Amino acid sequence: MSDAPELTLEEREATIGGIGTARKRKEDARFIRGKGNYVDDIKLPGMLHGDFVRSSHAHALIKSIDTEEALKVDGVLAVITAKDLEPLSLHWMPTLAGDMAAVLADKKVHFQNQEVAFVVAADRYAAADGVQRVDVEYEELPPLIDPKRALDDDAPVIRDDVAENDEVGQGSRHHPNHIFEWKVGDKEATDAAFETADIRIREEIAYPRCHPSPLETCGCVASMDAVNGKLTVYGTFQAPHVVRTVVSLITGLAESNIRIVSPDIGGGFGNKVGAYPGYVCAAAASIVTGHPVKWIESRIDNLSTTAFARDYHMTGELAADKDGKILAVRANVIADHGAFNTHAQPMKWPAGLFNIVTGSYNIPVGHVEVNGVFTNKAPGGVAYRCSFRVTEAAYLIERLVDILAQKTGIDKAEIRLRNFVQPEQFPYSSCLGWEYDSGDYPTALQTAMQAVDYAGLRKEQAEKRDKGELMGIGISTFTEIVGAGPVRNCDIVGLGMFDSCEIRVHPTGSVIARLGTKSQGQGHETTFAQIIATELGIPSDDITIEEGDTDTAPYGLGTYGSRSTPVAGAATARAARKIKDKAKKIAAHVLEASEDDLEWEVDRFRVAGSDISMKMKDIAMAAYSNVPDGLEHGLETTDYYNPPNFTYPFGAYICVVDIDRFTGDVKVRRFYALDDCGTRINPMVIDGQIHGGLAEAYGIAMGQEISYDETGNVLGASLMDYFLPTSVETPEWETDFTVTPCPHHPIGAKGIGESPNVGGVPAFTNAIVDAFAHHGVTHMPMPHTQAKVWQTLNELGLNK
Amino acid sequence: MPSKKISLTINGEAVEADVEARMLLIHFLREQLNITGPHIGCETSHCGACTVDLDGKSVKACTIFAVQADGGELLTVEGLANGAELHPLQEGFFQCHGLQCSFCTPGMLTRAYRLLQDNPNPSDEEIRMGLSGNLCRCTGYQNIVKAVRYAADKINQAEGAN
Amino acid sequence: MTPGVFEYHRPNKVEDVLALLAEFGDDGKVLAGGHSLVPMMKLRLAEPAHIIDINAIASLRGIREEEGMIVIGAATTQAEIMGSDLLNEKCRILPDAAALIADPQVRNCGTIGGNCANGDPGNDDPAIMLALNASYTLQNQAGQRQIAAREFYEAVYTTALAEDELLTEIHVPAPAKGTGMSYQKIKRKVGDYAIAAAAVTLSMSAGQCTDAAVALTNVGDTALLSLEAAEAIKGSAVDARAIDRAADAAMADCEPVEDMRGTVEYRTAMVGEMTRRAIAEALSRVAGS
Repeated sequence: MSDAPELTLEEREATIGGIGTARKRKEDARFIRGKGNYVDDIKLPGMLHGDFVRSSHAHALIKSIDTEEALKVDGVLAVITAKDLEPLSLHWMPTLAGDMAAVLADKKVHFQNQEVAFVVAADRYAAADGVQRVDVEYEELPPLIDPKRALDDDAPVIRDDVAENDEVGQGSRHHPNHIFEWKVGDKEATDAAFETADIRIREEIAYPRCHPSPLETCGCVASMDAVNGKLTVYGTFQAPHVVRTVVSLITGLAESNIRIVSPDIGGGFGNKVGAYPGYVCAAAASIVTGHPVKWIESRIDNLSTTAFARDYHMTGELAADKDGKILAVRANVIADHGAFNTHAQPMKWPAGLFNIVTGSYNIPVGHVEVNGVFTNKAPGGVAYRCSFRVTEAAYLIERLVDILAQKTGIDKAEIRLRNFVQPEQFPYSSCLGWEYDSGDYPTALQTAMQAVDYAGLRKEQAEKRDKGELMGIGISTFTEIVGAGPVRNCDIVGLGMFDSCEIRVHPTGSVIARLGTKSQGQGHETTFAQIIATELGIPSDDITIEEGDTDTAPYGLGTYGSRSTPVAGAATARAARKIKDKAKKIAAHVLEASEDDLEWEVDRFRVAGSDISMKMKDIAMAAYSNVPDGLEHGLETTDYYNPPNFTYPFGAYICVVDIDRFTGDVKVRRFYALDDCGTRINPMVIDGQIHGGLAEAYGIAMGQEISYDETGNVLGASLMDYFLPTSVETPEWETDFTVTPCPHHPIGAKGIGESPNVGGVPAFTNAIVDAFAHHGVTHMPMPHTQAKVWQTLNELGLNK
Repeated sequence: MPSKKISLTINGEAVEADVEARMLLIHFLREQLNITGPHIGCETSHCGACTVDLDGKSVKACTIFAVQADGGELLTVEGLANGAELHPLQEGFFQCHGLQCSFCTPGMLTRAYRLLQDNPNPSDEEIRMGLSGNLCRCTGYQNIVKAVRYAADKINQAEGAN
Repeated sequence: MTPGVFEYHRPNKVEDVLALLAEFGDDGKVLAGGHSLVPMMKLRLAEPAHIIDINAIASLRGIREEEGMIVIGAATTQAEIMGSDLLNEKCRILPDAAALIADPQVRNCGTIGGNCANGDPGNDDPAIMLALNASYTLQNQAGQRQIAAREFYEAVYTTALAEDELLTEIHVPAPAKGTGMSYQKIKRKVGDYAIAAAAVTLSMSAGQCTDAAVALTNVGDTALLSLEAAEAIKGSAVDARAIDRAADAAMADCEPVEDMRGTVEYRTAMVGEMTRRAIAEALSRVAGS
């Protein structure tokens, strides 16, 4: 059983294409040929199309819905309203946050573009014709748009259905528009620290409402097989198994009679975690009509109804001594959740993991209070390319540290170095309750400073300031908390947030592995194969990864919050190790050696100190033909992994901007991003993730906002106004890395996809504010549109 | 419904069809002909996911009626490869990691194809300008620019060798 | 998003277009590039019963020079404007502006006639036509008339174009030697309408400005010609003080509204800044200066 000619160890490693290889993506073969299979590509026999009649008002009673004219339209088969769904108990649905959300508006509308009726027709043209002809009569009510007014005594009551309830799923509440109050930390000690501190800073910092806006909108095809009673739903689901369970809970169908399939997904970024009325209506329509029913969102529907993010109105405070050493942090947040509490967080965490607001800093005490409120806006509060509310927290602390630097006159890099959690402090218990797993923050920042010649940049800035030119240097040294998560902390509708991998090694040595996660562009078909390749010594090209079909994949909680690698990636490594353990027994049996004498060598077990070995490929065949007594045939296993802790990726970003003092135009001259995501599975994919996340961060910082006028009209919900940067606006990115492995993850990986969004946004703001720091400016509101930057220029008279 | 018979060439094949006047080219391709490479991303001609090549020009198929393509010659992403042989752009996107979720990729490739026809040796800035009608939410564009550069170099080398 | 039902017409001759326009009146809409009309139809904000596609009419396309006049067919696309050697040599403000309109694919469809005639104050070409003192050839079945761009625009989406008329040609007086021109536009991103934009033409002789025009985009119900701004630089050496006076005059003349692009104050300030930059660039482009 030996090769001829024998390859060297290095050559064998290279053949495998395992962890650390910049392997080209396996999924690209279909994508570059235009052969991806997205939900709108699915066409089933007899398929109908559904489209929504939407509310023109933000807050109004529905007096009547007249469907008569619509039903006369050629091709229109049905118009479904809340009344039609009520007998099926489908007119309201439970949310992931313990609230109820209207599927179709029931007696009143709560936000503009809310779903009022669902028109089912032969094709999308006829459906739109029908939508146009449904006549809805409204009686307008005063809208509540400003979340800071939500808890006023005279605020309009938005949710009559729960007005009298003591709670709406996340603890006690004290006003009809109040959703929850969430407090963490030691208030008394924090107050005391603030009272005696030499230096106190305080800033109101809003993170505006924005939207993930993946290029593919949400949609589904629901198909009820009336004969066998099985409902199949193809859709844009980042978490297909959760959808299956929720559908079962909503409809009462047995979970075994529900199949959820996520085909290729055109980007998610948090938009495709939740359950939307379109999914329910398509399923209901399929049940009612006996035909498959497709629903695909328009971009306007997408931006104005499904899954906004942020809308956090934060007040942050730091207490410090004269040397800039932070003594305490305090944060108070009004969280605008819109009309229904449909935010997507682990259920015990109404403000997500916002208490990571201590960031990368060793802060002795802190206190956080978050109050969630209803407003007449679209519901949501998803994590837009970040772990739950982590980007809001990172933005707050990174801004506050900059403000503290300005207040104390200490350089913005220096103040970070003075306050970092030190490498020897890990595992580090933060004052707000997290245990940071590993990190080396000083090395990251110092490496970044050297790479960009930080001292040189500051010198150039001083010279420019003398000439009246505006140049800003922004630093962000963020820490994330990702990989939700430990089941003791994290559940969704009661389901622990473990994840899973099933591996089957075929007799001839190739592999299929299935996971509970779902790639939306992250490249799972490539990277998860690399983990298995390294663990089993089987070439990654011989490993097929499948996700997204609940009939075949093991149960998992899906892909969001950078959890795929930390959780499902760990399950993958552990499943592979279980297989390897069995393989070792088989090898020992075939080689007639003791297991103790076998050692692993890239792709085979070798009898120590001999030239006798058995390759994994041959062991695979033996698993189906020649196993020792007492061992089952086959070579397959499943692992469900409950992570012992979150992972804590971190990074140091430096951004340099030049500002046109006459127009407010911000030019990003340079952006350097150093990331530490622990063990790096595929450097090419990691770089791609960072480029993309930074581009999103740039969009958020510079222009993305879903805003409303005072009557609740949603403004700018199309791609004319909503800022998705093109190749022309988007800056060039420089990437770099350090590697601090995660101590509790089987392969030491931490997750990368969201770091650039979390860390990028404050880097942009910090750079822009820094350009004005010598004029005493400490904060500027996002997004930093030309108009808003000009406002600052104008107030300071710098544009003359 | 008013409909019209149209005939056109799509990816080198003659196609005849009856279309309703209001049928948008993108729906005609995707739903009537099952050519699902071109995608619908915004419907307001901003994102470019629906980009196809019509009579030697890049156009957004979401904002053109199928009847307007009557008599035309149309190329979609499905027509870029020469049988099993990938177009250098397809190879470039693969080699340079110029795609992630890939929803924009068919439009991006089709647009880049025309860009290189019009300007075989574009600078990075010209590539960025040339692709400015195609949004990508995943890649941050950097690797797309690289991929187009890769393809331009490969095409130019091949032609230099001939 | 899908349009409502309509009947499609694709005439080969201008006369046939005019006959259809006469027949359908308000029920008919001319389809040129379609990138303003089709989105409106998809939103069902426009529901014409008849679409008259003019893209098959060769005589509506092309750019030529005759008798001191540059004549541009109304269905000439923005991409063709950008690529025109004649325009790049003699009237570069048009190709320069075209490069700032929408994106490459849209410029392959979008026409200069549509941009000039549909009455959207966000369009870029009207201000340029005002500055260039261009005129439009409007035809109906009764005949044709020539109307100055400066008399064409009435209000938002309201122009001198009658229901039964078609814009067929744009006549631009070929700029004299010694004329410099520039279009300066600030926008949020590729594809956006202007926050504010300024078109400037100016002629210099012996160090003095002998003629000038300043026009503004998207800061009023229509494109605006700022006579005061032009007066501020005429007769001057176009020094910094004259440029400031012109910018102030343009700011006084504009009437922007607050929208997603900025406040009235900001957009007004940008009128001033774009005017300044356009004058400075136009001056730098005066041949021999």
